[in-house]
Amino acid sequence: MQVPAQFAYEKAATVDEALALLARHGPESLVIAGGHSLLPMMKLRLAEPSTLVDINGLAELAHIRVAGDEVRFGALVRHAALLASPVAREHFPILTDAERVIADPIVRNRGTVGGSLCQADPSEDLSAAFSALRASVVIRSAGGERVVPVREFHRGPYETAVEHGELLVEVRVPIRPGIGSAYLKVERRAGDWAVASAGAVISLEGDTVRDVGIGLSAVGAPHFVAPEAEDALRGGPATDEAFAAAGRVAAEHCSPSADQRGPVDYKRHLVSELVTRTLRQATARARGED
Amino acid sequence: MTGVQDPSVQIHAAAETPRGYGSMKRKEDARFVRGRGQYVDDVVLPGMLHGAVLRSPVAHARLTAVDTSAAEAHPKVHAVITGETLAGLGLAWMPTLSQDTQAVLATDKVRFQGQEIAFVVADDKYAARDALDLIDVQYEPIDPVIDARRALDPGTPVVRDDQEGRTDNHIFDWSSGDATRTDAVFAEAEAADDQLVVAADVLYPRVHPAPLETCGAIADMDPVTGKLTLWTTTQAPHAHRTLYAIVAGLPEHKIRVVSPDIGGGFGNKVGIYPGYVCAIVGSIVTGRPVKWMEDRSENLMSTSFARDYHMRGEVAVTRDGRLRAVRVHVLADHGAFNATAQPTKFPAGFFGVFTGSYDLEAAHCTVTGVYTNKASGGVAYACSFRITEAVYLIERMVDVVAHDLGMDPAELRKRNLLRPDQFPYRSPTGWEYDSGDYLHTLEVALEKAGYPELRAEQADRRRRREAGERVDLMGIGLSFFTEAVGAGPRRTMDILGLGMADGAELRVHPTGKAVLRISVQSQGQGHETTFAQIAAAELGMSPDDIEVVHGDTDQTPFGLGTYGSRSTPVSGAATAIVARKVRERARIVASAMLEVSPDDLEWNDGRWQVVGDPEASRSLAEIAMAAHSNLELPDGVEGHLDATCVYNPPNLTYPCGAYVCVVDVDPGTGAVHIRRFVAVDDCGVRINPMIVEGQIHGGLADGVGMALMQGIAFDLDGNCLGGSMMDYLLPTALECPSWELGETVTPSPHHPIGAKGVGESATVGSPPAVVNAVIDALAPFGVRHADMPLTPAAVWSASRGRPLRTDLAIT
Ligand SMILES: Cc1cc2nc3c(=O)[nH]c(=O)nc-3n(C[C@H](O)[C@H](O)[C@H](O)COP(=O)(O)OP(=O)(O)OC[C@H]3O[C@@H](n4cnc5c(N)ncnc54)[C@H](O)[C@@H]3O)c2cc1C
Repeated sequence: MQVPAQFAYEKAATVDEALALLARHGPESLVIAGGHSLLPMMKLRLAEPSTLVDINGLAELAHIRVAGDEVRFGALVRHAALLASPVAREHFPILTDAERVIADPIVRNRGTVGGSLCQADPSEDLSAAFSALRASVVIRSAGGERVVPVREFHRGPYETAVEHGELLVEVRVPIRPGIGSAYLKVERRAGDWAVASAGAVISLEGDTVRDVGIGLSAVGAPHFVAPEAEDALRGGPATDEAFAAAGRVAAEHCSPSADQRGPVDYKRHLVSELVTRTLRQATARARGED
Repeated sequence: MTGVQDPSVQIHAAAETPRGYGSMKRKEDARFVRGRGQYVDDVVLPGMLHGAVLRSPVAHARLTAVDTSAAEAHPKVHAVITGETLAGLGLAWMPTLSQDTQAVLATDKVRFQGQEIAFVVADDKYAARDALDLIDVQYEPIDPVIDARRALDPGTPVVRDDQEGRTDNHIFDWSSGDATRTDAVFAEAEAADDQLVVAADVLYPRVHPAPLETCGAIADMDPVTGKLTLWTTTQAPHAHRTLYAIVAGLPEHKIRVVSPDIGGGFGNKVGIYPGYVCAIVGSIVTGRPVKWMEDRSENLMSTSFARDYHMRGEVAVTRDGRLRAVRVHVLADHGAFNATAQPTKFPAGFFGVFTGSYDLEAAHCTVTGVYTNKASGGVAYACSFRITEAVYLIERMVDVVAHDLGMDPAELRKRNLLRPDQFPYRSPTGWEYDSGDYLHTLEVALEKAGYPELRAEQADRRRRREAGERVDLMGIGLSFFTEAVGAGPRRTMDILGLGMADGAELRVHPTGKAVLRISVQSQGQGHETTFAQIAAAELGMSPDDIEVVHGDTDQTPFGLGTYGSRSTPVSGAATAIVARKVRERARIVASAMLEVSPDDLEWNDGRWQVVGDPEASRSLAEIAMAAHSNLELPDGVEGHLDATCVYNPPNLTYPCGAYVCVVDVDPGTGAVHIRRFVAVDDCGVRINPMIVEGQIHGGLADGVGMALMQGIAFDLDGNCLGGSMMDYLLPTALECPSWELGETVTPSPHHPIGAKGVGESATVGSPPAVVNAVIDALAPFGVRHADMPLTPAAVWSASRGRPLRTDLAIT
């Protein structure tokens, strides 16, 4: 089958060792986590790293735990673990929804949360979900640790705030009582990347929208979010009409491109449709109706 | 909602091996489920080198320079072969299966993205692949011909300027049926108030068979004996051997083609690919075995595609629903080389069966083949030589007619299906349908589906939707197909002059165990089991006692191989007949054993028995031992029971089937969910019902893939947009409902065991059922046709009155 170019391989046992290996092997070395994005790129020779630094042995990064008013997801949490996580389902059903439609079981068994965010594929689902949740990521370098909001993490397609020689180690999501969330994706086939997807996180005060987060993927939304639609909803009524209007705003402000998944008008329509539907479902969940 | 599980269709293998026909587990699976199959890539020979092909990144360009010096200097590289090297051997071009030529390695121009330019032989596959990057090729771009509908426009660049005097991209015009009669019926229909003419443009897009195992070969030219052994992924080992002998001038007895376990073919492995030829030349040049296995993208981008038929169908019909005549024009995109694999006299394959299962007064079609800057092929993917396209067209047209007449599509079909008393039926395009009871088959399917209840549910849903409820659209789609398989009678059917007969040899060992050697080649169809069962049924043996050998030209009789659902119709017939020959020889031996005349014996329950005396009988095992013993044998036997047979089919066989598909369509997203699929097949006598059902399951999944997601489009620069499994989608279990199968059995009257072949039935019959269901769901939007693949985008766009053109990049 597809044949990659030559590369060296190192296995790290700790985060510090991984950082040291990256420093030693220089800018052409790359971290490998689940490998489900990196290996296909290597086989197609779109990536030709000189050295792979394997972080799969870093047990310290595989945690999902509640710490105070946030949930912390280690970078090495596998999609399958996130899908099965009762903590995620309880606090952020948007993540469970998203994981259900990310790739297939084989990919989900190995692919990681950190790898997904760092790959920063424009059609990546977790970025949209975490952006809707206003999560932050923790980035470690030899010099120390910094915390970056997910909505500032992406610099463009396949580019993030993680510099060479750094590791993403954790994703932190604030727990807010009384929120509801949901995620929907349209795909051509199970396991296909999204034609378009949307996620919504909503908190209500009676029938008023106190706050809302709307994530989008595969439609060219900067930072995977729809801020104009969020602004349009915030402080207003939580009604089907308002959700449909927010959907239209989101559709207007994203910039999808045409490809074999569909023409631009269709993708915009999907944004409108999916934003409306996820807002409806998130609201139902916030009200305990779903 | 998951599909309905019908317990009656769950056929499990019998606990005990049947003595002939019946469900039994596949003998070959013992090795497959243990990971002990042996595919070409599993073969490792001492001293073996590895090849890799350099391919063109552009669709159309003149080659101005190919500099291989840096690649040759790579320490692990043994040879770099270019078009120029091959031209020196007279092998730069090779003949195709359609009397055209195809470049092995490009010399003058590249004509499609992915075309072969050079071949590197190195110590390992990594070095071979690395060295490709060291070859420097200079291209002078030419405008590519991509849109088949513009290929004949004046001023279009000429793809095949290698052919002397050629000034356009026209390959052939072919027609079938009676134009005058057909036009007359159409003229009448146009003039009469109680009749009308219904027309639609229907595309069967380019798809790819995408077998899990890609194509490859290991060439081992022994410099001492001069014998070439070629391990290769081929559905037709004997035909390949003969072609290598003719094309390369190698003596045929010094060529052994071995086709070991094949990981799926679907027609993709019928032709000879440049990589095979390069591996042979590589072995000759280096004196060592050379392995070449293409990768997934190479397979999708450069090997035989399927379909790519742009069809215009017209039907003359009375307003009360009598189909009178069908007229079709096809524009066939054959890519850069006309390399379709089909019988010589059939440049459009068996498209002539486009009249389908209906009683028509007249029919006529014309097919125009054109060159474009795309990969070549055309006949592949379980299409029964273009019957897929024909069935899709007529079954789509019948639904368009039903739509335009406002008539129920089941009712319209019932009114027009051929009746049992019309068989053998000579179609308006000259095909002789052997047998069928179409109305019965359709009724079994409608009954199984609960058709009236489905229509009632649909009407209810439409009412609720109109009342403002959020409900999915529901669609019900039918198809009724007739196939013509088992090519074919040698007086009309040959491939490059080789008649389409197939052979079988049966050898019975002294203890009564047997070896059956067949000329066809399994790619997953279960030949090792089915063919053992055929012989066993004739000889009163257990199939477990018969070893089936295939896929090695030094071990098996000549024949044209497995494709077009021909194995059981042709080699299966040969197997039954060779077993009967053995039985007749056994009769003579038994007569000597029982000291009676052969005429006094009858074949009873698997034994030769003295007429009227069940005590005096002999089994085949007893007779086989006697045949090899010191028994004095009468005239007519020489001491063994072995026999051979070559079967020349008197006609094709005509399997048929009725399919019902139920879909739910989300009008907000265009997403299609297949709720149920009922498939009632009539493939005549079923030898191993479990294997037959497995074949149908696979074909139905294929059909779902083609209808909903598969398609290879090109952008106008000629970039192939289906070159990986991320872009070219194969259906998964999640898109497939729990199939609900049923059967009717109308034996073929001219086949020795009444079997008709089933390998491609479901691939042929299912796409129209799925598409008809989706279009039916979209009826509230006024949609009467949309082209495959019906992705969510295509469905939504059609519902908005802006159907997508699915052969080109979406812009
Ligand atoms: C068939 C298929 C279908 C898919 N479908 C979907 C889909 O529908 N939706 C979707 O969202 N995704 C999809 N994916 C992508 C999948 O989710 C990602 O491939 C995967 O989860 C990425 O994580 P990984 O651990 O495999 O990353 P890797 O492939 O190991 O790494 C990806 C990149 O991230 C870097 N990296 C990894 N971990 C870290 C870290 N901790 N710190 C810094 N850099 C790091 C690597 O160096 C590399 O550049 C699909 C993938 C496949 C193969």
